[in-house]
Amino acid sequence: MAAPSADTAAFFRMEGVSKRYGGVRAIEKADLAVTAGSIHAILGENGAGKSTLIKIIAGVVAPDEGRMLLDGREVSFASPGAANAAGIACIFQELSLVPDLSVADNIMISDPPRRFGLIDRNAQRRMAEAALERAGAADIHPMALVKDLPLSRRQMVEIAKALARKPRILILDEATSALTAADVSKVFAVLKRLRQEGMALLYISHRMHEIAELADECSVFRNGRHVATYPAGSKSDNEVIEMMIGREYRHIFPPKGTVAAEAKPVLECRRLGWTDRLRDISFSIRPGEVVGLGGLDGQGQRELLLALFGVLRGMTGEIRVDGAPVRVSSPAAARADGIGMALIPEDRKTEGLMLPMSVRENLSFAALDRIAPHGIINRGIEDGKIEEMVRLLSIKTANPDIPVGALSGGNQQKVVIAKWLMRGPRIILLNDPTRGIDVGTKQEIYQLLRRLADEGAAIIFYSTDYDELIGCCDRVLVLYDGTVKTELVGEGITDRALIASALNINAGDGVPASGAAA
Amino acid sequence: MSDWRYRLAEHHGTLLAIGIFVVMFAVYTSNHPAGLTANVVQTAANKGVLLAFVAMAQALVVITAGIDLSVGMTFVLTNCLASWLVVGSPLETTFGVVVVLAVGLLCGAVNGAIVIYGRLQPIVATIATGAIYFGIALMLRPFPGGGVNEDLADALTGRLFGFVPASLVTLGAVVLLVWVPFSRSVYGRAAYAAGSSEVAAYMSGVPIRRAKFMAYSLSGLLAAVGGLFLTFFTYTGEAAYASGNAYTLFSIAAVVLGGVSLFGGKGSVIGAIFGALAFRTIGDLLFVFDFDPLWQPLFQGVVLLVAVSLGAFALFRVRNRLDWFA
Repeated sequence: MAAPSADTAAFFRMEGVSKRYGGVRAIEKADLAVTAGSIHAILGENGAGKSTLIKIIAGVVAPDEGRMLLDGREVSFASPGAANAAGIACIFQELSLVPDLSVADNIMISDPPRRFGLIDRNAQRRMAEAALERAGAADIHPMALVKDLPLSRRQMVEIAKALARKPRILILDEATSALTAADVSKVFAVLKRLRQEGMALLYISHRMHEIAELADECSVFRNGRHVATYPAGSKSDNEVIEMMIGREYRHIFPPKGTVAAEAKPVLECRRLGWTDRLRDISFSIRPGEVVGLGGLDGQGQRELLLALFGVLRGMTGEIRVDGAPVRVSSPAAARADGIGMALIPEDRKTEGLMLPMSVRENLSFAALDRIAPHGIINRGIEDGKIEEMVRLLSIKTANPDIPVGALSGGNQQKVVIAKWLMRGPRIILLNDPTRGIDVGTKQEIYQLLRRLADEGAAIIFYSTDYDELIGCCDRVLVLYDGTVKTELVGEGITDRALIASALNINAGDGVPASGAAA
Repeated sequence: MSDWRYRLAEHHGTLLAIGIFVVMFAVYTSNHPAGLTANVVQTAANKGVLLAFVAMAQALVVITAGIDLSVGMTFVLTNCLASWLVVGSPLETTFGVVVVLAVGLLCGAVNGAIVIYGRLQPIVATIATGAIYFGIALMLRPFPGGGVNEDLADALTGRLFGFVPASLVTLGAVVLLVWVPFSRSVYGRAAYAAGSSEVAAYMSGVPIRRAKFMAYSLSGLLAAVGGLFLTFFTYTGEAAYASGNAYTLFSIAAVVLGGVSLFGGKGSVIGAIFGALAFRTIGDLLFVFDFDPLWQPLFQGVVLLVAVSLGAFALFRVRNRLDWFA
C-alpha cells in the first residue's frame, strides 16, 4: 500500500465524472481534487451542477462515467451508507434528520454505541454531548426531539451529527444558510480547527464573504462543467462572476412590451413577512408588466408566491389588489373574481395535475364554477372552452379524454397553464414554469406570457434560468435570504447584474456600466 | 437537570395511554360489586391480553409507517394450528408451540417481503395475505374443534402466587424478550427512523429494509402468541372470519389510543398494550354501570374518536397550509 503524504497529495480526486438525468446533462467530465487539511469552496450559479457533484461524492446518485479516487484507490459508493463507511460525511441542505427521534439518537444514528448488541444509551448520550460540544452547540439538550427544535438548532445538530462520524472528508452544502450570525462564527471556528486536524472540507455556499474567510481553494462550475480551480483570494469578485457567466444557447424571446406609465398597480405588497423565510418584502406590479423573481434557489421565491396565493398562515404585512387591502386566506380565495390570481406551481406532477385523470378534467378543475352553472357540469360549455384552450396553446393531445400523464412534459405544462387561463386571471404567478421542458415549448410559453401581459395581465415569474429573466422580464426582483435585495429594470437586467446580486456581492457601479458598454 | 421533561415529551403518547387506562380501570373496579379482587383482575387481564398481543403486533408495523390488515387473520390461523399441534406430552406440546410461533413469524416475514422487496402498498399486500392466511385456517379447521394441552392452558390463564394473573406475566415476558431488545437495537432505531422520515433515514445510511423486515416478522410472531392464548382460553380452534376482522380493526384502534402515530415513527408497543387494555375496559365499564351491552360499539366509537381528536390539535399550528397534506 502506498502511503499518501497527507499534507500535499490530493487525497480525494474525481476524474471525468459525468451524470445525465434523462436528456439533461447535470454534470459533464468534471474533475476535482481535494487536499487533506484544507477547505475547498465550490462556486456556481443555479444548475451549474454543484448539487449533483455532491450527491455523487456522498453516494446518493451513481455517476454515468468517470472515477473517484480516495487515498489513491478507486472507490464507488452504492449508497450514502457506503460513502459514510469510507469516511465521507455530508451536511445536506435539505436536512437529513429524523424528526421524531431525539437529538442524541440522530447524532449517533449511523453507528450507535452498543453493549451486548443493544444500544447503550448512556454511552450514546455522552458521545452526542461531546459531538454537540465540538460543534459549538452545547446549549442543545441531547434528549430534545428534533422536531421541537427551531431550524437553526436543527442545522447545528446536523453539523454535530456529521462530526460524530469522525469523517475524513466533510461536505457542507449551504450549511450556514439557516444559522444565526453567532452560530456561523462558532461553526467557522470549528471548521478551521478541523482543517488543522487534517480533515478535507468541501464548502458550498453562495455567501462570498464566507468563502473569502474560509476557503483555501475554490473551484468554479458552470453548466455542469468544471471551469477553473484557483487559490482563494487570487481572483477578484468580478473575475469570479465572469467565470460563472455564460450559457451555451440563447432562447428566442418575444419583444418586450411597454407599460402605460400612468397605469395603476393591480397588486401591491407592503412589508410582507412570514416566519424567518420572508422579510420585509414590498413591491407593486401594474397590468401588462412581467416581473421576474431572481436569485439563487431557495431564497424565499417559492414562499413569496405561496404567500400571495393564500397558502401560508401567520403572514405579516399587507397585500392590496386594485388599491384595496385584501386578505387572501386560501387558493380558492386567491382565484375568486375580486382578486383573480392564478399560480402555476413548481412541480406539475404533484401540485399542478392529477396525472391519471383526463386532459379534459384537468383543464376544468380551476374553472368548474364557470362551466357548471348550477353545480352540474355543462358539457357543452366545457367542450367549447377546452377546444379553445387546446387551440390557443396548441396542446398536442389525440383527444381531450386521454390521461394527462400520457402527454409529453411540455404539453403537460401547457395543460397546467391552460387550466388557469380558463378563468381569465388578472394576476398570474409562475413558479419556475419551464423547468425540465423542451426548448420549443419554452419559446411558446415565453410568447404566451408576453401576449397575456399585452392583454392586461400582471405576471410574476420566478425562474432559476437567468436567461429567461433577461429575455422575458420588464423588471427583476432579486431575492436574497428572504428579502428583495436588488431590483433590476430594463437594460439593467444582465447576466452579470443577476449573478452579482444573487450572490449579494456589492459589485458596485461596474455592473450596470459593463451592461451598457456591451 | 430537566431530563424528565424531555422524557415526558418523548413518551407522552404512551403515558397518556397508561393514564387513560388507569382512570378507566379505577372507575371500573371502584364500581364493581366485588371491588379490586384477584378474580376481577384475572378476568380483566384474560379479556385484555388477546387484544394486547394483536395490538403489539400492529404497533410494530405502524411504527414503520405501514399497516398490517392481516394481523387478525394470523391470529386466527395460529389458533387453528395450535388446536392441532399444542397437545399431548410436554415434548409434543413444546414442539407445537415452537411450530405455531414459527408459522406466525413466517406470516409476518411474508408480509414484510412483499411490502419491502415487492414494493406493494402495505394496505393492499396485507389484505391479500390476510385472506390467504384465513383460507389456510379454514382448511385446518373447516369446523370448530381440536384441543389444547389443558395443563399448559390452565397454567397460563390462571394465577401465580394466588393473585398475579399468569397471562399478564406472559405479556410482560414477551415485552421483555421481544420489544425491549428490538427497540434498543439498531434495527429498532432504524424502524422508527424509517417511519418518521424514510428519506432522512436513507441519507443517514440506516438499514431501513432489514429494520422494516424485522418489524413485520416480529409482528407475525406476536400475533401468533395471541393465537396461542386464544387457544388456551377456548380450548379449541375456530376459523372465525368475523373475529379475525374484528381483531384487526380493534388493533388499529388500540394502537391509536395507545399513542402510536399512524404516520409512523412515534409511539411504542407499551402504549399499544395500554391502548388495548383501555379499549377492552370500555365494555366492562358499560357492564358495571348497567348499560345495555348493545351500547358497546357506539361507546367504543365515541372513545376512539375523542382520543384521536386529541392527537389532531397539532394541525392548528401549521403555518404552511400545504403541510396539511404532507
